[in-house]
Amino acid sequence: MSTTSAKPRGVHDAPRYGDRIFAGAATGAGVIILLVLAGVAGFLLWQALPALTASPEDVRGGKGLFEYIYPLAFGTILTSVIALVIATPLSVGIALFITHYAPRRIALALGYVVDLLAAVPSIIYGLWGVYVVAPASVPVATWLSNWLGFLPFFGPSPSASGRTTLVVGVVLAIMILPVMTAVNREVFLQTPRLHEEASLALGATRWEMIRQAVLPFGRSAVISGAMLGLGRALGETMAVAIILSTAVGVHWDIIGTANSSTIAADIALQFPESSGLDVNTLIAAGLVLFFITLLVNMAARWVVSRRSEFSGAN
Amino acid sequence: MAKRIDVKDLDMYYGDFLAVKGVTMTIEPRAVTALIGPSGCGKSTFLRSLNRMHEVIPGAYVKGEVLVDDQNLYAPGVDPVGVRRRVGMVFQRPNPFPTMSIYDNVVAGVKLNSKRMKKSDMDDLVEASLKGANLWSEVKDRLAKPGSGLSGGQQQRLCIARTIAVKPDVVLMDEPCSALDPISTLAIEDLINDLKSEYTIVIVTHNMQQAARVSDMTGFFNLEATGQPGRLVEYDDTQKIFSNPGQKATEDYISGRFG
Repeated sequence: MSTTSAKPRGVHDAPRYGDRIFAGAATGAGVIILLVLAGVAGFLLWQALPALTASPEDVRGGKGLFEYIYPLAFGTILTSVIALVIATPLSVGIALFITHYAPRRIALALGYVVDLLAAVPSIIYGLWGVYVVAPASVPVATWLSNWLGFLPFFGPSPSASGRTTLVVGVVLAIMILPVMTAVNREVFLQTPRLHEEASLALGATRWEMIRQAVLPFGRSAVISGAMLGLGRALGETMAVAIILSTAVGVHWDIIGTANSSTIAADIALQFPESSGLDVNTLIAAGLVLFFITLLVNMAARWVVSRRSEFSGAN
Repeated sequence: MAKRIDVKDLDMYYGDFLAVKGVTMTIEPRAVTALIGPSGCGKSTFLRSLNRMHEVIPGAYVKGEVLVDDQNLYAPGVDPVGVRRRVGMVFQRPNPFPTMSIYDNVVAGVKLNSKRMKKSDMDDLVEASLKGANLWSEVKDRLAKPGSGLSGGQQQRLCIARTIAVKPDVVLMDEPCSALDPISTLAIEDLINDLKSEYTIVIVTHNMQQAARVSDMTGFFNLEATGQPGRLVEYDDTQKIFSNPGQKATEDYISGRFG
C-alpha cells in the first residue's frame, strides 16, 4: 500500500498496445500509398527522360514527342468523353429506377444484373464490340452522317466495318456503367427521408420530389461516380485495342475509317515490338496519361467542394 | 383559406396491421386543434392521413372519409399531390432543403406549381411568408445563404414559411417543437397563435402545457392495450379537457398518473 503513490482514478501508466498498434498500422498504410504513388511518378519520369531530351527526328513518327503523343491524348479524351456522355444520364436513370420507381423484387434483380456487368472482363467487351456493336453501328453511323453531317463529328463517309471511335465510346460507356450506377444507387438510397417527405408534403409529384430532394443530395456523388468511370475509361486498353481501326493524327470524325488511337491502347499495341528510344517514348505517353487522370480527379474534387456550403453536411 | 375538416370513421393500416381505428371528429376552421396521447397511440399516423402522407410509407393505407369542404380526400380519382398542396405539413425535425438557399426554400413549393412568376412577385411572396413565420427580420440580409446554416428554431420557422407560402387551407404540425429549446418553442407557439386567424391548424404534441397554451380544441388518443389499435378517446374544448375531462383515461394522462 505504502509503495503505490496515490493517483486519481482513471489515470494509469499501462500503455494501450491495441491503440498504438492500430495507429501505427493506419499511419503506415497512409505512408505506403504515398510512397507507391511517388514511386510510380518517379519511374515514369526517369524512364521518359531519354524521350523528352531526344531530338525530334529520332522519336517514332519522326516529328518529335509532342507530335506523337498529342493525337493519342486527343483520342483518349474523345473516347472517354463519349463514354461519359452516354453513361452519366443512363446510370442516373437506372439508379433512380432501382431506388425510387421499381417494385422491390425487380429493383433487387436489376441491381444484381448491373453489378454482374462489372464482373465481365474487358477483353470480352472488346470482342463483343467488334462482333456485335460494330456491325450494328453501321446503319446508325450512316443515318448520323446523312442527317447530322454538318457537325464535325459525323464525316461524309462512315466506316463500313464500324470499328470507330463512336463504337469504342459506346463499349466504354457500358463498361463504366456498373460502377457509376452502384455509386449513384447507394447515395440515392441515403437521401434523408425527411427531405423526401418535405418535398412530398409541399405537393411534389414523384419526379418533382426527385429533382428537389434526391438529385441535389446526390449531386456530388454523381460527379464522383462519373470521375471513377472516367478514370476507368481513360485507362482502358484491351477493348480499345481490339475494336478501333486507328490512323495517325487527330480525327474529329467519330464514325469514319480513320480514328485517333488512345494512349493505353497504343502502348499495348506498340510495346511488344519496341526497343530503345521507342520504349521511352511510350513511357512518356504513359506519363501524360498519368497526368490526365490526376487532373481529372483534381477537377472533380474542386467541383464537389465548390458548393460544399450547400451540401447538407453542415 | 381556412377550411373545416370532417373525419368519418377513419381506419389507418400499415399493411395488415390496424394502427388507428374508427376516428370520427370535426376539426374547426380558424382554430388550433391539438392531438395528445402517449407514444405509439397513432396521433402522428392520424395527422399524416389528413394530407395523405400516411400512404407514402410502403403498404400503408386508410379506410374511411376525410372531408375538407365536403370533398372527400380519399374519393377515387383524387390526386394525393393536389391534396398536399391544400393541406400543408410541418415536421417533427426541421427539414429545410440543405442544397437550397433560404429564399429558394421559401419558394420551393410555389415553384412546383410551375406557374411562371415575376421576380418581383416572388420577392414579395418570400417577404410575406417569412414575415408570416416571424423570421423576416432575422434573415432578410442573408436570403442567399443556405437554410441549413440557421439555428434549429429558425429552420423550423423557415419550414413554416415554406408551408404557408403555397397558401394552404390547413396546416398540420407534427410535434413541431420537440427538437427545439424553450425560447424557440415560445416563438413557434406565438406564431401558431398568429396563424390561426387564417388557417386551420392541427398540431400533435407531447407537451401538455403546450396543448393547453396554444389550442382551442384537444383530442386525446390512446391504446386500449398493447397491440390494440389506437383510438380517439375524447375530443372536446381544450379548457374542458384539462379542467374536467369526461373520461378516466384522459384524466389519468393529463395528470401524469399514466404512461
